[in-house]
Amino acid sequence: MEAKLAKIEKDPLEEFQKETRQWLEDNCPDSMRTPVPEDEVIWGGRNEKFKNPDSKVWLERMAERGWTAPTWPKELGGGGLSKDEAKVLERELKRINARPALLSFGLWMFGPALLEFGNDAQKKRFIPDIIHGRTRWCQGYSEPGAGSDLAGLQTRCEDKGDHYLINGQKIWTSYADQADWIFCLVRTDTSKKHEGISFILFDMQSEGVEARPIKLISGFSPFCETFFSNVKVPKNQLVGKVNGGWTIAKRLLQFERSSISSVGFEGSGGSGRLGPEELAKSYVGLDNEGKISDRDLRGRLSDFRMYSKALQLTIKRGRDLAEDGQEVGHTASILKYCSAKLNQDRHELLMEVLGMGGLGWEGKGFDEPALKTTRSWLRSKGNSIEGGTSEINLNVISKRVLGLRDHK
Amino acid sequence: MNFVLSEDQKMLRETATSFFNEELPVSKLRQLRKLNSNGYDKSIRERLAELGFFGVIIPDESDGDHFGMVGLGQILEAQGRTLAPTPILQTALNAVSAIQLGGTIEQKLKWLPKIASGETTFALAVDESGHHVPFTVNTRIVREDKTYILTGKKHYVPDGHQAEMLLVVARSSRTQSAQRGLTLLLVPSDAEGVTIEPLSTVDSHGAAHIVFKDVKVSLDEIVGELDQGSDLIMQVLDRARIGLSAEMLGSMQAAFDMTLEYLNTRKQFGQLIGSFQSLQHRAAKMFTEIELTRSCIAMALSCVDTGKKGDIAQYASLAKARACETLNLVSNEAVQLHGGIGMTDEHDVGFYLKRARVQEALYGGASFHRDRFATLNEF
Repeated sequence: MEAKLAKIEKDPLEEFQKETRQWLEDNCPDSMRTPVPEDEVIWGGRNEKFKNPDSKVWLERMAERGWTAPTWPKELGGGGLSKDEAKVLERELKRINARPALLSFGLWMFGPALLEFGNDAQKKRFIPDIIHGRTRWCQGYSEPGAGSDLAGLQTRCEDKGDHYLINGQKIWTSYADQADWIFCLVRTDTSKKHEGISFILFDMQSEGVEARPIKLISGFSPFCETFFSNVKVPKNQLVGKVNGGWTIAKRLLQFERSSISSVGFEGSGGSGRLGPEELAKSYVGLDNEGKISDRDLRGRLSDFRMYSKALQLTIKRGRDLAEDGQEVGHTASILKYCSAKLNQDRHELLMEVLGMGGLGWEGKGFDEPALKTTRSWLRSKGNSIEGGTSEINLNVISKRVLGLRDHK
Repeated sequence: MNFVLSEDQKMLRETATSFFNEELPVSKLRQLRKLNSNGYDKSIRERLAELGFFGVIIPDESDGDHFGMVGLGQILEAQGRTLAPTPILQTALNAVSAIQLGGTIEQKLKWLPKIASGETTFALAVDESGHHVPFTVNTRIVREDKTYILTGKKHYVPDGHQAEMLLVVARSSRTQSAQRGLTLLLVPSDAEGVTIEPLSTVDSHGAAHIVFKDVKVSLDEIVGELDQGSDLIMQVLDRARIGLSAEMLGSMQAAFDMTLEYLNTRKQFGQLIGSFQSLQHRAAKMFTEIELTRSCIAMALSCVDTGKKGDIAQYASLAKARACETLNLVSNEAVQLHGGIGMTDEHDVGFYLKRARVQEALYGGASFHRDRFATLNEF
């Protein structure tokens, strides 16, 4: 018995789990163990206000251990955890319903790409600030003339000897008006398409940068039009090789699609965490057997719930197979496609369930959660457009996964 | 729960796949159809027994290997790929589950070895109409001295035309609730008073209507408890639904592969038709649906082996509903994308369409399982 206990204590993962639980117990403030209201979400950066002071404490403590980026290398300030340890951490955070200490495009998209393609100086300069939430990044990809055909981008980047000079326009830049820095695709060679693109970084406070919020059908402005006129960028801020940006861009898009599909779009709000079937119980009503009285709607709600379950299981299956070393290439595109469809279906069901009660714009006469649902229903229409349209995702699946040929 | 197969399960999957591809391809079904044999061929049974396929979920103590439901799922998937008509679902899954979950020691000792050796096959007789309504049971047993007398009629029983033994759901008492008062019985198909009416079905697998007229059933032929059968019956049916879904997964994947191959071969307007974007997107959507369905079925299979008892019902309905929806989509698209050749009897794709609808209807279609899933989740 004693020998058995000793053996268990030596299991490093179990030991790690114990320590982690204890550390979280001691360090996660109580208010950080409650669902996070929209205005308390932490994006970091120069403009972060920390409405709830506990969020600042929580972020600092997590960042100190590198646990905002659990698997990133320790020498750059990351957690240096193995995949298994990171899973333990994730489970333990979930166990106490801890809020994410930091949401960040730097953590999800730019950081992983920089770790893969950046030089040592760039990593040392930018990675720690991402981990600590000191720099908020935005993504300069799409342009008015380059949406799905991203490689058609035209923002010019000229070599001026000791610096680069940037002129052009980006669009759909998420939160450009609040970001500190931008990672940006620019054209360094006009004679080629994919091979004339470079990946460059600069401060949004540089002279000649202007971000104008775009008002969406939802009434909100999460995206901007961003203009660059004669923006000077130091030469050490170009990542990878000149004209070698497309490879980085594509890799980053993979990170983007998989981060979208692993959290899904469920985060994009609406009526809190209530599923449409729960809402239907009160808004539509139950029959005397306790079933949602509109049977046709009930069938579709059930179908939605099953599809949602199927997607969750597929994400889990993808992870299991990847860990086993099996080829799971391009599941990201399947998941992005499905997550978008699912979130849109969910919102359509929510709207149907709310009826006229879901068709308010603002003010009295409507429930607050219903008003939010209306806005997020409108916002969800973008899910199948942003981060690669569903049509582009279907192209990717048919060509890269199924091996169907191009039209001659 | 992990989605990765064990080494043993992987090997079983490979063995099964090559067995069905080599010995029971679609051309075999075509041949059996020509012979008007309703899918029946005794030699198939002997080969299955040699390979140990009947004993996959029979625990080690009483003859046979134990690969679990996940293992059996690999065999059923391989069988679905070639549409092979075999007694595996009814016998190796349904009968073994019923006897294993509800049978007495004597029943287990008597029947499980006979199943493993391929000596005896079974058919589960539940439904009494063209739709799956498992608790609407009018077939009844009445006590008479030391035996029961069975009377009634079961419809569209799969394998009912070839099994030696029948597992019959009968009403043993009338109560307010249709779920109560049900009993599961073992009845030899050659017992006095049993009439088998073979049916020629669209999928060439056959089935039977079975009439019971004053059939004597002894006490030791009751599986589980008298009057308390509904729980056992549901457990058996859930396993049947999960196993059938695994078979459907094989069928949809094969129909899809065949279609993809055609898109990559057939030319029109000087182009491979698979280069047309409208067809590419339809193929990509099918692929996506199949992948989602595959996850549900893998989860359901694994849940039978290691999951919580209460979760099996949920995952059974999830798996069967997704399998029905996806197979329906894929079987229709497969014919359409093959164009004219898909309408000919000469091409195999039509066999998949015909078999698909039988698989969909058996043990509840998408709408049955949507309703059940909602009820299980209390909405």
